Amino acid sequence: MTAPQQVSYRMESTLESVNKAEEMADRISAQAGFDEDTRGGISMAVREAMINAVLHGNAYDPAKSVNLSFEQNGGELIITITDQGKGLDPVEVPDPLAPENLMKQSGRGIFLMRAFMDEVRFRKLDPGTEITLIKRLQNNDLDRQEAST
Amino acid sequence: MSMKASTRQVDGVTIVDLSGRITLGEGSVVLRDTVKDLLGKGQKKILLNLGDVSYIDSSGIGELVSAFTSVRNQGGELKLLHLTKKVHDLLQITKLYTVFDIKDDEAAAITAFSK
Repeated sequence: MTAPQQVSYRMESTLESVNKAEEMADRISAQAGFDEDTRGGISMAVREAMINAVLHGNAYDPAKSVNLSFEQNGGELIITITDQGKGLDPVEVPDPLAPENLMKQSGRGIFLMRAFMDEVRFRKLDPGTEITLIKRLQNNDLDRQEAST
Repeated sequence: MSMKASTRQVDGVTIVDLSGRITLGEGSVVLRDTVKDLLGKGQKKILLNLGDVSYIDSSGIGELVSAFTSVRNQGGELKLLHLTKKVHDLLQITKLYTVFDIKDDEAAAITAFSK
């Protein structure tokens, strides 16, 4: 059993940070042993969580930052994204699949995070929101990882 | 990679060849401006060729929905052509696959526009 590995980054509230975080998520999930399809889902979930933090949370405020951390613990990749915004209550976000919301321009970010990750948790901070995204390696990922070592 | 859009006319239909990523920021803006510009010129039969679109995020999905609604509200038609697997899967899970008129063949897509 390998010890947990964690890396954290403090990022500016910019679109560039969103793109950087997405690239980091792809790289780290590849190192963790996820297949290409799953990596695409993880990096999309991270992108959507970062958009929430930068745009809806910190509202591009240069005085506010986003904290992004990746932790590999056994077969789990745990990604935490924290902003300093006004706080987000996921219960208040309407279901984007409901017929009345299907043609709305926004409101699909949290849905996409949940679609691609095994677990998505929200925690209200004072101020801000912490989003935790968790993806677990499947047996076939673990087999491939073993074969490559 | 940023997004590029170029337009061509075939039998009264404007085909918009898009390439790159339709994401929050530049990609979404390029799509919005292109459709707005076409509607401004009275070109209301629009076929968005997504064959070279490698990635769409929630903002890009929103922009496609918005383009579809804007064109329809002006009495036009907007169809999608050549979805990549990633984009296809994304429209499936967001239940938008049945909302859009999606085509695999350019010639067939053009004839499918009302005359």
